[in-house]
Amino acid sequence: MNEDLFKKLNEKISAKFPDVIESSDLAYDFPSFTIKKDNIHEVLEFLKNDEELNFHFLTDLTGFQTADEKQLGVIYHLHNMPKNYRVRIRTYFDINKPEIPTATDIWPGANWMERETFDFYGVRFKGHPKLKRILNVDEMDIFPMRKEYPLEDQSRDDKDDKMFGR
Amino acid sequence: MSKKENIIPESEETIEKEYSILNLGPTHPATHGIFQNILKMDGEIIHEAEPTVGYIHRAFEKLAERRPYNQITPITDRLNYCSSPINNMGWHMTVEKLIGCTVPKRVDYMRVIIMELARIADHLVCNSVIGVDTGAMTGFLYIFQWREKIYDIYEGICGARLTTNIGRIGGFEREWSKTTWDQIHNFLKEYPKALKEFSNLLERNKIFMDRTVNCGPISAKMALEYSFTGPNLRAAGVDYDVRVATPYSSYQDFDFIIPIGTAGDTYDRFMVRQEEMWQSLKIIEQAIKNMPKDQPFHADLPEFYLPPKEEVYNNMEALIYHFKIVMGETEVPKGEVYHCVEGGNGELGFYLVSDGGRTPYRLHFRRPCFIYYQAYSEMVKGIMLSDAIITMSSMNVIAGELDA
Repeated sequence: MNEDLFKKLNEKISAKFPDVIESSDLAYDFPSFTIKKDNIHEVLEFLKNDEELNFHFLTDLTGFQTADEKQLGVIYHLHNMPKNYRVRIRTYFDINKPEIPTATDIWPGANWMERETFDFYGVRFKGHPKLKRILNVDEMDIFPMRKEYPLEDQSRDDKDDKMFGR
Repeated sequence: MSKKENIIPESEETIEKEYSILNLGPTHPATHGIFQNILKMDGEIIHEAEPTVGYIHRAFEKLAERRPYNQITPITDRLNYCSSPINNMGWHMTVEKLIGCTVPKRVDYMRVIIMELARIADHLVCNSVIGVDTGAMTGFLYIFQWREKIYDIYEGICGARLTTNIGRIGGFEREWSKTTWDQIHNFLKEYPKALKEFSNLLERNKIFMDRTVNCGPISAKMALEYSFTGPNLRAAGVDYDVRVATPYSSYQDFDFIIPIGTAGDTYDRFMVRQEEMWQSLKIIEQAIKNMPKDQPFHADLPEFYLPPKEEVYNNMEALIYHFKIVMGETEVPKGEVYHCVEGGNGELGFYLVSDGGRTPYRLHFRRPCFIYYQAYSEMVKGIMLSDAIITMSSMNVIAGELDA
């Protein structure tokens, strides 16, 4: 169903910015593109301002951590309501240097979503008007959604609590 | 007043102007939920608002990473707890999309009935509470018993009332009883009268209109920039509804209209929700009328669907599946899906990444409340405190959905 859109996006992005697409797929009929971190802001800007594509609506913005725990990612879901186009843009970067440009200048609604992503993954959005924690307490010094902080393992035996049968 | 007496001569230079700081919340009867607004007030006019959220943050996304898929349904209940069945169904459909399962038409229609009942319950709470916040308690008192009737219907289907955990991945847990059907028919017969009565109380009420028209307006452009969805976006004049834009659960079979407003103020939001309740009734009627007969109430999906107890005792496969479901040992294929449904407040999205294991690798809820509440401080700038309260209740900010 979305093959035409997928082809069109592939052509348009690579015509405007050669070699920024790291990978692309159409799994579950949803066009997805992985964009190089350095070009993410200009690609997003292009997707919004291009007359034909016109992804004027930011549906979702969220963080992600790759399975090797060495990279963080940010996933954008964009939407063009009149034509009902949807696209997913991913970008990955090193976990030790989690910095990408903010999208708040493109969509003001990205503000809290970026704060949430910072809160849980520690992604620093350069140029964000007020990047501070939003759901967790300000004093928290970890980024809890990272995989290095697992939920308590139920099979652990170093806790001897007879009352609760551990 | 004909003449103004100046007892104390005012002088701009000598009196220093100072804003007063007012804490609205975290627990305040008028905020209907636990969130705080630190308001900088100039008399009764709000100069600046600084919202603080996260008071009931329960780390659902982290919890979900350790839970099998069927155990995530109760988590979704607690997002928008005014319409938990919509969240449940949205989650079931997300998993079905991931594992590539199609459900029988009958399940779709049953889901539509439940989702529209949930939408009515959600809008009913929101609209009657706008009435309460503007000083009209009566409408709330009379209409609220109809939410109880909807809860009775849930109870007949799944046994729970508020946090429903209704349905299963692939369909429903059991066939609906005759009592449930009777309750639904009864609701369809009686509720329009009550809703009409409620409309008569408020819709053209002079006091109510004076309070709500032009109160907390938002333009369509700004609403889109702030990623508004649902009734709040439609009140601003954008006819975006997930049920029509990307139909799920056979919504394309139904004939209904999307009400839109023009000004995006509190009155328009109220009216859009009011009309959506009528449309929901219309959808339920169509669903009952066109309900396919002689179809099962769930898809053939033994990995996710608990077998009947007799089979568990007498049939080895059923016993294995029973064990695997209870212990959460069902593995799902690798994949990355985004599925969205039209929740009570707007586009409720589930972004699910599976690495082929028993639990999601990453699950993100796109919670409409969280996203549109960020515009609140812009919307209340320069309006009166009492208007800010009804703006908040007309946006239907639900703390559970806000904080996840």
